[in-house]
Amino acid sequence: MNLAEGVQIVSFGILAVMILTAALGVVLLSNIVHSAFLLAGVFLSISGLYLLLNADFVAAAQILIYVGAVNVLILFAIMLVNKQEDFSKIPGSLFRKVATGVVCLGLFALLGTMVLVTPWALDSTSPAVIENTIIALGEHFFSDFLLPFELASVLLLMAMVGAIILARRDLIPEVSETTDTVTTSLTLPERPRELSSIGNVGENN
Amino acid sequence: MQLEYFLLIAAALFCIGIYGLITSRNAVRVLMSIELMLNAVNLNLMGFSNYLDPTAIKGQVFTVFVITVAAAEAAVGLAIILAIYRNRETIDMEQFNLLKW
Repeated sequence: MNLAEGVQIVSFGILAVMILTAALGVVLLSNIVHSAFLLAGVFLSISGLYLLLNADFVAAAQILIYVGAVNVLILFAIMLVNKQEDFSKIPGSLFRKVATGVVCLGLFALLGTMVLVTPWALDSTSPAVIENTIIALGEHFFSDFLLPFELASVLLLMAMVGAIILARRDLIPEVSETTDTVTTSLTLPERPRELSSIGNVGENN
Repeated sequence: MQLEYFLLIAAALFCIGIYGLITSRNAVRVLMSIELMLNAVNLNLMGFSNYLDPTAIKGQVFTVFVITVAAAEAAVGLAIILAIYRNRETIDMEQFNLLKW
């Protein structure tokens, strides 16, 4: 990164403030749709930090995968389970939140002191950054990280199959009693739950 | 720019993720908190990759793997939430007590 030092400091400060406020908004806001959009803000700001860390390919992958795939998936899940329920009060929820906040602040203090105290073996002898990180990453992927790379593809396949199996509706145990409905060969044998809940299925046949 | 700045902001993001993971009652928000924590870990890996290992960028390779696993986790987790919502008609985490004695 051939930016000046001051530009890096200022952009890091702006990105840090954006990350922390958006993350707090994700956790603390009551409307979950606002939380989902703030989560996109967190992902975009983290991608900006990756650009400050001389990693252009991972920044692009972060935007593509997190903002483009994961966040859209979360928005679809919010849309599919969109039931405006007000959660019933449980006793001691305020104490629970306060205790969790104290524990999290303590963990942050612990991690912060660890980060500040530890003498990091900084590699100051080689200031030359890699010009093309895509080539370097590709060499890693196809030489010494080949097995994890292939395992990642198998993992993605398994996750896709598992998500489809988990999210599809239940099978109909008996199909024979609905003989008058038009059944094409392309429909999956699933229970039409939303149609039967509407109630106008009976008039059609 | 120093390594400690990135590590501190990653630690703060991780702690915010833990707070949301424990206190939130909406199940989708729990998944969003898990994504926050995974991003904090990614930020740590990228910081170490840039400052301690700038020639062989193995931290970026690990970050790509973590992004892959996070995408798979998000897909399966949201499918599980959808299945639970079909069975229990709620997404309140306090009512998912099937495995509680």
